[in-house]
Amino acid sequence: MNRVNDFAFKIATANGTGSASANSLIMQAIFRMGIPVTGKNLFPSNIQGLPTWYEIRVNRSGYTARTPDFDLIVALNPATFAADVAEVRSGGWLLYDSTWPIADHLRRDDIELLGIPLAQMCNEAFGGVKERILMKNIAYAGALAALLGIDTEVLVALTKEKYGRKPALLDSNQKAVDLGYNYAKEHLTCPLPIRLEAMDSTRDSILIDGNTAAALGCLYAGATVGAWYPITPATSLMEAFTGFCEKYRKDPETGKNRFAILQAEDELAAVGMVIGASWAGARAFTPTSGPGISLMGEFLGLAYYAEVPCVVFDVQRTGPSTGMPTRTQQGDLLLCAYASHGDTKHICLYPSDPREAFEMAARAFDLAERFQTPVLVLSDLDIGMNDWMVPKLTWDDLCEPDRGKVLDEKALEQAKAFHRYLDVDGDGIPYRTLPGVHPRGAYFTRGSGHNKFGAYTENSAEYQEVMERLARKLDSAAEAVPTPFVRQGRDASVGIVSIGGCHAACMEALDRLAEQGIQADYLRVRGFPFGAEVRAFLEAHETIHVVEQNRDAQLRSLLILETGVNPAKLKSILQYAGYPLSARDVVAGVGSATGVLV
Amino acid sequence: MSYIAKPKVHTPALTKNALGMTRRDYEGALTTLCAGCGHDSITAAIVQAFWELEIEPYKVAKMSGIGCSSKTTAYFLREAHGFNSVHGRMPSVATGAAAANGELIMIGVSGDGDSLSIGLGQFCHAIRRNLNLMYVLENNGVYGLTKGQFSASADPGSKSKRGVENTMAPIDGALMALTLGATFVARSFSGDKAQLVPILKAGIMHRGFAFVDVISPCVTFNDHEGSTKSYAYTRKNQLPVVAADYIAEREEITAEYEPGSVHHVRLHDGGMVALRKIDPSYDHTDRDRAYAYIREHQNRGEVVTGLLYVNEDQEDMHAKLGTIPQSLTRVPFRDLCPGSQELDRLQERFR
Repeated sequence: MNRVNDFAFKIATANGTGSASANSLIMQAIFRMGIPVTGKNLFPSNIQGLPTWYEIRVNRSGYTARTPDFDLIVALNPATFAADVAEVRSGGWLLYDSTWPIADHLRRDDIELLGIPLAQMCNEAFGGVKERILMKNIAYAGALAALLGIDTEVLVALTKEKYGRKPALLDSNQKAVDLGYNYAKEHLTCPLPIRLEAMDSTRDSILIDGNTAAALGCLYAGATVGAWYPITPATSLMEAFTGFCEKYRKDPETGKNRFAILQAEDELAAVGMVIGASWAGARAFTPTSGPGISLMGEFLGLAYYAEVPCVVFDVQRTGPSTGMPTRTQQGDLLLCAYASHGDTKHICLYPSDPREAFEMAARAFDLAERFQTPVLVLSDLDIGMNDWMVPKLTWDDLCEPDRGKVLDEKALEQAKAFHRYLDVDGDGIPYRTLPGVHPRGAYFTRGSGHNKFGAYTENSAEYQEVMERLARKLDSAAEAVPTPFVRQGRDASVGIVSIGGCHAACMEALDRLAEQGIQADYLRVRGFPFGAEVRAFLEAHETIHVVEQNRDAQLRSLLILETGVNPAKLKSILQYAGYPLSARDVVAGVGSATGVLV
Repeated sequence: MSYIAKPKVHTPALTKNALGMTRRDYEGALTTLCAGCGHDSITAAIVQAFWELEIEPYKVAKMSGIGCSSKTTAYFLREAHGFNSVHGRMPSVATGAAAANGELIMIGVSGDGDSLSIGLGQFCHAIRRNLNLMYVLENNGVYGLTKGQFSASADPGSKSKRGVENTMAPIDGALMALTLGATFVARSFSGDKAQLVPILKAGIMHRGFAFVDVISPCVTFNDHEGSTKSYAYTRKNQLPVVAADYIAEREEITAEYEPGSVHHVRLHDGGMVALRKIDPSYDHTDRDRAYAYIREHQNRGEVVTGLLYVNEDQEDMHAKLGTIPQSLTRVPFRDLCPGSQELDRLQERFR
């Protein structure tokens, strides 16, 4: 079997030892060689000491989902060594630090051991404990370069870009890379059968994480106010936005900020600030994760009922409660769809990768202002924090933001009267005004019962009239949210439905199933409420496998609740272990459900 | 019901301010509070203050949380946007609105339950940020809408209507504000309009967080004998220490004061606050001494009132954030979106 540009390896280290730099160096080098590559960081909720793994998959066909089959494991963490040795696929390789011998009971006959005395070499070459540990991690990058055939010129160029401004660091890094590289070349058979050969498949792509991409989306959408409370895995979204604002949002004359970023006291305050800012007319957002959404519930109900636009990013992590904060999941689907007490429903968008995170972030503001309601963008830790290879982001300069129905000073001057919740156009969407613009625009925003004129009411008919209109308004959003992604198989009888970060694994699984003779149609929902295309797909298939990453089949529940589809038609494929979905999970799920051994 | 619009009666004899507006133009909907409620007096004082300041009502944003006090923002400035938000969370909504549009003149009205229990965290953090907002705490020591439970501002020993004595230590909004670095701290009494109106005027014009704690008796649940937030108790034990006058830039200083008895504080808008000491030993410029003085008299059962502390030299939230002076809502989209060419360029970073 040809394994050139088609294999996976994993690096096991301890958190806080600098391995992240080495891992990104390796991944970026492969990307620059023009070879499709994916990296998944499995890290602990810890700053130093707990085990961490970095998985790199190289795939010439461009499959980017996680794979659990590791051809090579670089096992440098004594704490996980036994488990790491056990995880190498039969016939694979184990790279270890041969400064210390391997215990006999850990040896395996079916894999090849590649020993490099990393600690010994680095102790001899470098002084100081910290540098020795850091450089040990750079040295394995050098060894991998030799073993896998990473272009050394690319590696040198990358090291220069990273450390060029710090000559001492650059020298140490270069030295460490050489140590690993030269040792491997002299003592081991290089390259291995799993190896790299330059391609030209990444020219139009970038390596970017979803939080950075979403932050760019906010920047391009013209968001000016961001409020947040630090939480993994959403923190880097606001950090990235801050960085972009510092670069692009300074008033050229005064140097003052054309943005306001508020680090709130908690998530309640964060969403309160967003609602206040949006009410005043700014595009505002807050990034958070599941625990934050739980806290924001009351405010989201206010924004729904008082019809205040706001954008909330939920970078989902493993729940319930604190759960596993550094692992991925899609556990907030139901929570976000109906957050808050009383009858509420929210527009949700489900990006599947960083490129969609960028597009949907920008789109979220248009939808929030068009429908005057909260919009929740649900990505997850895998999308948000891992580097993905995606096509370059594009922006249409003709694109003007949709600010929705806002009466400006001129319109108010000419208006006879203004009533905040009156359905003037018959589309369920009333007109709104901003404070400080015109006396005629004044109204009283409240979460208490109100009639269509915006006045307080305890009259049942008046109350229900507004609630009915809100339901119509949200229903109409179903055709405004992004349409689902659909791929039709040939003569397919089964359907697969998935959401968000399941996409890459599902696409790969479709190909694998086809190889086994199972043709499946595929739909990925991209927005909520579900539109006509989703309903049609559910109607058109007798058996539908619903693939999602939570225990309780939340997407399946949503589909049943919202579309009335016969529940018996929907079979669940669930993977909620905390790591990204792989094609194998999907193929196995379809296989066991259909009784076909795959 | 508060949706009943107050009838506008044509009364040409009413005095007009420089904008040609009468006090009626600064009113709102009819109150739905109990007859004699202290909050209604505060509403009247707010109307008076904005009228005297000659502020166009539509430039104001009225923010509130939930509770009797929070309803009152509907009862003044009908031409201003109001936001009756979520219980205890008004400060965050106000913070966001101020961040978006720093040109808004903002007033927040809250109660002791809204501010000192469910909303204590947000109250504290709005002070930390020195949000440019006048925050009026209508303080009556009880939960009115839920019928008479003690609030966190109830004094130990104060009795409920049923005769139950409060045993919990109180949270004092003014002391809290002093501790947290508020740049304007006042306490007044809803029954003392002569003192309250000038404090409100100064508070509105102060750039930064102006905290005004107003003892505002609840006639239905906390105005009986044994209550320390009743009309009778407050009248008897009120100890005014500093009187404040707000003098607009355009006005001449006409009042004559004894030399040394009056201290002027220049505000950012060019106006001035004249502070007249009633107790010569009180120092409204020293946070720690003000704190000690209030505590000392509190221990004697006295309620110290007046503009208790003012510091105009601290940066407000906008200055701290470094935002442009004009509203962010008016920055054109082309100045906010870097465009497609720049997107191409910046993505080199991700290669």
